[in-house]
Amino acid sequence: MSMPAIRIRGVTKSYGALKALGGVDLEIAQGEFFGLLGPNGAGKTTLISSLAGIVRPDGGTLEVMGHDVVGDYRNARRNLGVVPQELVFDPFFSVRELLRIQSGYFGIRSNDDWVDEILASLDLTGKANANMRALSGGMKRRVLVAQALVHRPPVIVLDEPTAGVDVELRQGLWHFIRKLNRDGHTIVLTTHYLEEAETLCGRIAMLKGGRIVALDTTGNLLRRFATHSLRVRLQRPDAGLALGGAVVEEGGWIEFAFDSYGDVESLLARLREAHAGLIEMQLGEPDLERVFVEVMNRA
Amino acid sequence: MRDPQAHPAPRIEPMPVDSPLTGFRTLLYKEVLRFWKVSFQTVAAPVLNAVLYLLIFSHVLDRHVTVYGDVGYTTFLVPGLVMMSVLQNAFANSSSSLIQSKITGNIIFVLLPPLSYREFYAAYVIASILRGLFVGVGVLLVSLPFVDLPIANPLWVLAFALMGGAILGSFGVIAGIWAEKFDQLAAFQNFLIMPLTMLSGVFYSIHSLPQIWQNVSHFNPFFFMIDGFRYGFFGQSDTSPWLSLGVVGACFVVLAALTLAMLGRGYKLRS
Repeated sequence: MSMPAIRIRGVTKSYGALKALGGVDLEIAQGEFFGLLGPNGAGKTTLISSLAGIVRPDGGTLEVMGHDVVGDYRNARRNLGVVPQELVFDPFFSVRELLRIQSGYFGIRSNDDWVDEILASLDLTGKANANMRALSGGMKRRVLVAQALVHRPPVIVLDEPTAGVDVELRQGLWHFIRKLNRDGHTIVLTTHYLEEAETLCGRIAMLKGGRIVALDTTGNLLRRFATHSLRVRLQRPDAGLALGGAVVEEGGWIEFAFDSYGDVESLLARLREAHAGLIEMQLGEPDLERVFVEVMNRA
Repeated sequence: MRDPQAHPAPRIEPMPVDSPLTGFRTLLYKEVLRFWKVSFQTVAAPVLNAVLYLLIFSHVLDRHVTVYGDVGYTTFLVPGLVMMSVLQNAFANSSSSLIQSKITGNIIFVLLPPLSYREFYAAYVIASILRGLFVGVGVLLVSLPFVDLPIANPLWVLAFALMGGAILGSFGVIAGIWAEKFDQLAAFQNFLIMPLTMLSGVFYSIHSLPQIWQNVSHFNPFFFMIDGFRYGFFGQSDTSPWLSLGVVGACFVVLAALTLAMLGRGYKLRS
């Protein structure tokens, strides 16, 4: 088995009485598109910051492409590109100056071809000589992505990269990130947009209270945790409730959960027998949002 | 979306490093470029400030005061103003750069790359020295039409300018890392750096002070920086240049060690 892109073993971190990470173990294979999900305060950013060397864990080890992030930090950081969550920029420089400077920090002086490729892929070529202050929020977000890629890192971590970003930019960004993944880059994504994670990520870890509470392929998580749903509007809602349905807040809908489509037939038969009076119905597919809610409730 | 089990990923290698020093050089270049891009504020304004001091003090005192026997007051004043400018601007450079980066959050771009804390320190301090020297040379050049300034020992001039800049550059790194808001940094500047500079003998020889204040001045390290620097011009000073060199050198070693220890521990930078 080849060396994992990321190996995290027993990582703990506390801030006073607050335990931000309570012993995290995780391996991410090279070439994966991996999702790191969790509610606010779950420890996602602390884990990413530990990987990047911004946070120093109290215990445990972290490796990027086999390089320990403390003992061999130079090689670990050369192999890692991080897109930070906050929209930060240096107001003194133009986009191209920033990318050249960022390349230099990684020991690289002659990567203009690669920088041009990044600029073109992120639709920033026309803004290459613009000062950062003159860019819109979406443009600044793209520059953050470009800065994380200047040294062509094998592992790319995106911490909430689409927060507050419009649909067009979001789609363009994911198109580019998918291409990087196809080219062989390992992608680690944290996001609150669960639809994005479901579409993009092959494997997902869910964190709560600084611990991993679920870790599997996206497909397995959907199969294991999520149930199908049938929503109905009835002439006699009490009959539906008596059969185990739950009231959905909007529009007087009642929802039934079931494991397979085979259960729908018997459910409808029981509603008919109870003279519930079916007015309207909708079938719901399992989705990551349901998985997320269920995992968080169980944990 | 790639399934890494079914389709093994092509191996991606990070770009090769051109030189182990490229990271340090780039941070130094960026820090110099940062003040150079706003050189009206960071170089021209302090030069003008110093020249105003020169014009006002020389107008008031030149006919009334001589120092070291026959040195006119304006001539005496120029090296003090040059060194004061070097010190204040070296401090301003590293401290303002760091606090701005911390408050805006862009310090992360320096923390993510594979730069060591020693490279970080060296780049910020050397950039501070360079800004101090730019301003100091500016003050000197603008002052030359007003005075006939000798340079008895250029190496002493250079040594004290470099060490003074390095000390204040280190001080600026400490202040920039410690301060969490501009107000705290301003307090550092206004209540520590400014009084110590003003009371260091920039505008007077300490021999003109009562004995007690002469003794107190010897507890101010800025006095030794100014006095040693002035010795390089006149070949005369209030105290032995070797003592000044020793005090200034010791200050630099202590401050450098303290700053490196802070950076090595990641104090307020890496939690």
